[in-house]
Amino acid sequence: MFLKKIALAGAMAITAGSAHAACEISGNVSIVGNEFPAIHTVAKGAAECAGGEVKANLTADHQKINVAGMQGNPAEYSTAIIANSSIVALMNEDVIRPLNDLVAEYGQDIPKSQLITIDGNIMAVAFMANAQTLAYRKDVLEEIGVDVPKTYEEVLEAAEKIRAAGISQYPVGGAYAAGWNLAEEFVNMYVGHGGEFFVPGTAEVAINNEQGVAALNMMKALTEYMNPDFLTHDSNATGAEMEAGNVILMNMWGSRMGNLMDAEGAEEQVYSNITVGAPLTVGGGTTPASTLWWDGWTVAKNISDEDAVATFLAMKHGTSPAILNDETMSQAVWMIEGYKPAPVNDGVFAAMSAGTRSYPMLPYQGLLHTALGDNLADFLLGKESAEQALADTEAAYTTAAKEKGFLK
Amino acid sequence: MAMMLFIFFPIISVIVQSLHVEHEQVIRKVESCDLFGCKESTTIDQEATAALRAAEPLGQFAGFKTYLDRNHLATKEVGTTWKNTNSWRDFGAQMLNLPFYKAIGFTLTFTFVVTPLVIIVGFVIAVAVNSAVRQLRGPLIFFSLLPMMITPLVGALILFWMVDARGIIGATLQHLAGDPELSVKASTPLMWIMLMVYGVWHAAPFAFIVYYAGLQTVNKETLEAARVDGANRWLQIRHVVIPHLLPLTTFIALMQLMDNFRVFEPIVSFAANAHATSLSWAIYNDLGGETRQLSSAAATSVLTIIGVAILLSPVLVRTWRDFDRK
Repeated sequence: MFLKKIALAGAMAITAGSAHAACEISGNVSIVGNEFPAIHTVAKGAAECAGGEVKANLTADHQKINVAGMQGNPAEYSTAIIANSSIVALMNEDVIRPLNDLVAEYGQDIPKSQLITIDGNIMAVAFMANAQTLAYRKDVLEEIGVDVPKTYEEVLEAAEKIRAAGISQYPVGGAYAAGWNLAEEFVNMYVGHGGEFFVPGTAEVAINNEQGVAALNMMKALTEYMNPDFLTHDSNATGAEMEAGNVILMNMWGSRMGNLMDAEGAEEQVYSNITVGAPLTVGGGTTPASTLWWDGWTVAKNISDEDAVATFLAMKHGTSPAILNDETMSQAVWMIEGYKPAPVNDGVFAAMSAGTRSYPMLPYQGLLHTALGDNLADFLLGKESAEQALADTEAAYTTAAKEKGFLK
Repeated sequence: MAMMLFIFFPIISVIVQSLHVEHEQVIRKVESCDLFGCKESTTIDQEATAALRAAEPLGQFAGFKTYLDRNHLATKEVGTTWKNTNSWRDFGAQMLNLPFYKAIGFTLTFTFVVTPLVIIVGFVIAVAVNSAVRQLRGPLIFFSLLPMMITPLVGALILFWMVDARGIIGATLQHLAGDPELSVKASTPLMWIMLMVYGVWHAAPFAFIVYYAGLQTVNKETLEAARVDGANRWLQIRHVVIPHLLPLTTFIALMQLMDNFRVFEPIVSFAANAHATSLSWAIYNDLGGETRQLSSAAATSVLTIIGVAILLSPVLVRTWRDFDRK
């Protein structure tokens, strides 16, 4: 009987091995994560593992369900795929486990740079990087005789020339939709001005300062060249504006450049001339006005050690060189050995080499992000001063931080 | 029993939640490293907070503190504003800068503009359909009900694209106003009007179908008598139909006040949150961020329930008196 089992397992391993790299697990894996092509590839890679059940729930609403789905004991999800902003929510609720032991035993071959460590504890393994950088129309810049802008000030100059030449009334694009997107643009611009969000080491916010005002003023100056509906434009909408040929210059996510440069949704004149540039700087600063992001996977705390090992192995397999092929190669800037960057990824690499700061991984950053998203629109609409908008943001954040116990 | 289970207990749980805030978080300075390098950062000391959490899983008892803080009733801020402003106008402007009052400002305007319009438009459609040729009534009813059949989010999205500067309505408005820069989505007043137009468009079929049903029960003989007395069409409606339909109007008003006070979908679909927020949207926003603000959302929910109760009280008291008289 025992022999038979071994023979069967061996046979299965061989079949699995013949199709793809062998991955044997003895436990169940349940993945929760965002829904875009790269994540699908990872989940599919993890599902290649034999010996246990591997299921995945990939949805744009993953952040609304991952904490609740990992709080139970045993947890519904054995792993959550998250980014540097959203790992914080999982750590705040103490639902993910440090991976030091698992890495020591099963993950010696994972490159050290992929390990996300906080206070010496490995909390996640990153597999892709993302950042917002410049996207521009090569042909239009040539037509007006302007070099590719390196700073936001140069973007404004180029925009004025494009408008004056009658090429486009609203040549600048940006994901300025009130809420998360708008807050993210402020974060970029504020970092570009060299601002710090909090009094170091505390949860006390400190954005109502010179850099904050300068960041808002630059955003306002840019909106003069944007479609007047900018407060309703998210990344999708502003991407569509570029594909429609209206937007000539914009700050856009590396992960969305592929959509802009493919033949779908735009005329040849437009898509063949869309080019990815480096992230922009602002106000004479050297740090780009952008933030670096990573996506990575975690392992839940409230699951059996057996399932934890299975999850670790499956996710390791799902983010191993085995998943890279012609189709998946261009889906993201993979932090995986054997990855060959395409022109579409130039921006993210430029952002990394230019010393762009990563989005802060602080327990209370999410609260500030929400407060920024709610309070900055009034300034851009001309209803109040930059100082007032920043003061409102600080007050809203401080109240929320008190409710969450971060401040007394 | 089911009522207890599905309505009473959740409300109690929300109220309990709203009276608590989270434990004080012990924050520790740490070094965090990612793909892009290491830097100084902070994290929550889980060991230090674990004991606190185990002892009081609900969090710290805060009483009405959450209700009174700046993100809700903002009593302190309102007091200061009251003292420091000289005119009503100024005071009002300052108040609208506070998230709760901004939300309630739009919510109440929406409720009190949309509810009467829904009743009037619904009634007019009902009378019109009722007087149409019998063969036409079926298709007419079907088309009048369409806005209600469409999922609110989708219905709002349809309108959202139509009012885009390059959409059919948006472009027409630009043409009519003679202003090529005009954009509904960029202007706060136009956005408010758009949301209310959507509110009426979406809810009028409900009023229509209720009134249409009511019209079938109007006493034919009374109408006949009025006609013999020389009452024209308007007088018949004024003196026979409207009094007959009054109880239905109370019903529609009740439903619409409740529905409109919870206005939410159009704000999301229109991406209108830069211009208009509502209480329901505030709850959604609290829960939708990277860090969920449960206590804050719970407090807003309780305030919404209180708001609905206050709004409905005149209608409820009236109904109860009518009932008592009988």
